[in-house]
Amino acid sequence: MQQFSHLVKLLSGSTKTNEKLAALSQYFATAPDKDKTWVLALFSGRRPKRTVNSTQLKNWCIEVSHLPPWLFDECYHTVGDLAETIALLLPPATKLVSAPLHYWMEQLMRLDKADESIKHDFIVQSWESLDHNERFIFNKLITGGFRIGVSQKTMVNALAETYKIPAPTLSHMLSGNWSPYRVTIEDLLHLHTSGADASRPYPFYLAYALEEDPHLLGSVKDWQAEWKWDGIRGQIVKREDKLFVWSRGEELITEKFPEFQPLLNALPNGTVLDGEILTYNNGSPLPFQTLQTRIGRKNITKKQLQEAPVIFYSYDLLEYEETDIRDQPLAERRALLEKIVQLVDLPVLKLSPILEFATWQELILQRLTARQFGSEGLMLKKLSSSYQVGRKRGDWWKWKIDPFVIDAVMIYAQKGHGRRSNLYTDYTFAVKDGDKLVPFTKAYSGLTDKEITEVDRWVRQHSLEKFGPVRTVTPSLVFEIAFEGIAASNRHKSGVALRFPRIKRWRHDKPLDEINTLNDLKELLHRYTS
Amino acid sequence: MKLLEFTDKGIYCSAGDFYIDPWQPVKRAVITHAHADHARYGNQYYLCEHATVPLLKLRLGSDIKVQGVAYHETVIINGVTLSLIPAGHMIGSAQIKVDYGGEVWVASGDYKLENDGLSVPFEPVKCHSFITESTFGLPIYRWQPQEQIFSDIFQWISNNKLDGKASVLLAYSLGKAQRLLFQLKDKVDRFLVHGAIAIPHETLLSQGWLLPPVERITPETPKEDFKNAVIIAPPSAEDHVWLRRMQPYSLGICSGWMQVRGNMRRRNADAGFVLSDHADWNGLLKAVKETSAAQVFVTHGFSSVFARYLTENGILASAVSTDYGDEEIISNPEP
Repeated sequence: MQQFSHLVKLLSGSTKTNEKLAALSQYFATAPDKDKTWVLALFSGRRPKRTVNSTQLKNWCIEVSHLPPWLFDECYHTVGDLAETIALLLPPATKLVSAPLHYWMEQLMRLDKADESIKHDFIVQSWESLDHNERFIFNKLITGGFRIGVSQKTMVNALAETYKIPAPTLSHMLSGNWSPYRVTIEDLLHLHTSGADASRPYPFYLAYALEEDPHLLGSVKDWQAEWKWDGIRGQIVKREDKLFVWSRGEELITEKFPEFQPLLNALPNGTVLDGEILTYNNGSPLPFQTLQTRIGRKNITKKQLQEAPVIFYSYDLLEYEETDIRDQPLAERRALLEKIVQLVDLPVLKLSPILEFATWQELILQRLTARQFGSEGLMLKKLSSSYQVGRKRGDWWKWKIDPFVIDAVMIYAQKGHGRRSNLYTDYTFAVKDGDKLVPFTKAYSGLTDKEITEVDRWVRQHSLEKFGPVRTVTPSLVFEIAFEGIAASNRHKSGVALRFPRIKRWRHDKPLDEINTLNDLKELLHRYTS
Repeated sequence: MKLLEFTDKGIYCSAGDFYIDPWQPVKRAVITHAHADHARYGNQYYLCEHATVPLLKLRLGSDIKVQGVAYHETVIINGVTLSLIPAGHMIGSAQIKVDYGGEVWVASGDYKLENDGLSVPFEPVKCHSFITESTFGLPIYRWQPQEQIFSDIFQWISNNKLDGKASVLLAYSLGKAQRLLFQLKDKVDRFLVHGAIAIPHETLLSQGWLLPPVERITPETPKEDFKNAVIIAPPSAEDHVWLRRMQPYSLGICSGWMQVRGNMRRRNADAGFVLSDHADWNGLLKAVKETSAAQVFVTHGFSSVFARYLTENGILASAVSTDYGDEEIISNPEP
């Protein structure tokens, strides 16, 4: 584990991509093969199964460190990371043991069906045998959510260097459904075999936001425009008489959307579609919130299927007749896609329409009407573009419409997590309702580091009451809150739920009595959902 | 009437009519140490430890009326006996012991228990009431012995040299910077420092403190001087163009806040050294216990948490709010 712990230290301590790349290449060149598979899995968001939960970890730490539970909580709110809090609170290790990463992963896996007392003993003994950094890693491996500031791209580039495999090929090899418990690095990189997993999707091609004038993109004839949908980006894979649905996070979500099952017979083998999963009714997409009710659940109810049925809005074809066609130009891929959609001829598979426009000016005007179509803006794609890997500039752009904005006052603050540890960065905002203030959203981002420091200091000086980690503050700081969508909600006091709320700017100039009202929110809701 | 009270101007002794570290101008101010949040402008008379006098004059002006006293020397003001006890926080730092008719109160100011070799080490004082800081009053803050930390710092400097990089250490200009210079003086033969550190350094050298010579960085300092150099700068230099001339360099921050990864990550440092001039959790507990105080008042830091913990462990304690740094210290790098 020392080697892995050292790697994590280098990666999280460095702010330079080159240094991270060097640290990873060095690791891949020297680490045991079994450990490498684990690193690939962990850094690409493949979580190991949780065999011990956070409450157990917390309780055992409290027991070992002889601290009252409330004090543990105070520490946790300040550190903002459970794994780290525990590592900081445990008494010093008594007998250090050296074992590789995969050893710990396998040991943890064995705990799956074990009694609580066995789990307890294993965890407490492990803590005693690991140094501070290793304990942090060990706890992180249990709690999941390994975010250490290394992108999948950097990892793939490092691996590409070590194994002399082109990065895009490697990226494809690593995508899809594999488990580090069963797969070796040789299997993964086909060093011995060539039998690829039938379910495997392609790495998604992602667009950057267009920030310049579209006129600068050149001739309109070279570009295709589509509505940008606010659903779940996904791929539908049909191979070997099986159907797989993947989300952009490379999560297999086939079971969550039984609506797509008719495609199993309708799609030819060797077909991979790229598109958007959307809830849909009466010919138009529904707000994202209706899709949200479908994401978290394992079992879908009849009611859900009726109220929020999904469809697949396809906009690209990546594999056709068992051939990877990502290198063909978009125009050709689109023609083939249209052929397939026509052939399938099922309501669940639609083509995301192409917008007609003769000049950029025409498109600029169309973009302003996006909300009427349940869309959040436009996608611009070069007709000659290949389907690339990851987020790339140049050929594809997303061009969202301007967000909604509301002026609101901060009423609660809470300390943040990760690099915002021990700083008040998570805020709750309210609008006016008569002489009352009604909370309607939280927002975590949008301020500069300097502003965060300023707000943090202000919160410390103006906190009124403390409810666990939450401080109520004198309502006086006014912010402009931007968001992408609004929907009715009976789970919130305000009756509305926002999509992607964030702080747009700090309105130093705006007094409390000039903020927006609950009626303003309701009006927005009415205007865009009816 | 309590012997020491918490007023909106500072900690006040009505029997003696003086304030300890007042944050608004008063007639008579007793100062624990020369940091900005404890020694402020505008008081008529200042009283502090001898070593603090030149630092106070440097910061507040040479025309202030200030009386220097030695540690343990007794001063009687309006019948109240006052003495200064070493606090170990920085050069000249003192706890203020107040004795009136046998009732003893001690206000700690800022303190640490470890001997940094430069400030006179902390001494516990038996008292009835103890006013303690709590900057690092959570059990997540537990320091390594300084030998370990300085050996890490030196290792880091050596590695940077091998990589052809300068080592830029960010440390509070009064206190932490001198501690670094003192501890590294036998291993590093040349220190380049920011002006904010050079100025108090000159004052301290003239007072005879055993600090190594430093070279002040000016716009005229040639770029080749920075190559592989050891540079000490205040935390405010972090986002400053000032640092650009030192490239290539590695940035190391010396502060107790570096204990938590998130703090280090948001500062964009290449290395964080958990080096503090404040007591850690165990240090605070030890200090409080050694006073045998029947009641404890907890000021700036994690005051309510520390007070609750003490109370649950049989020591009557309450949190008081003051204008000393408070938790906000974190945004303002640690004084």
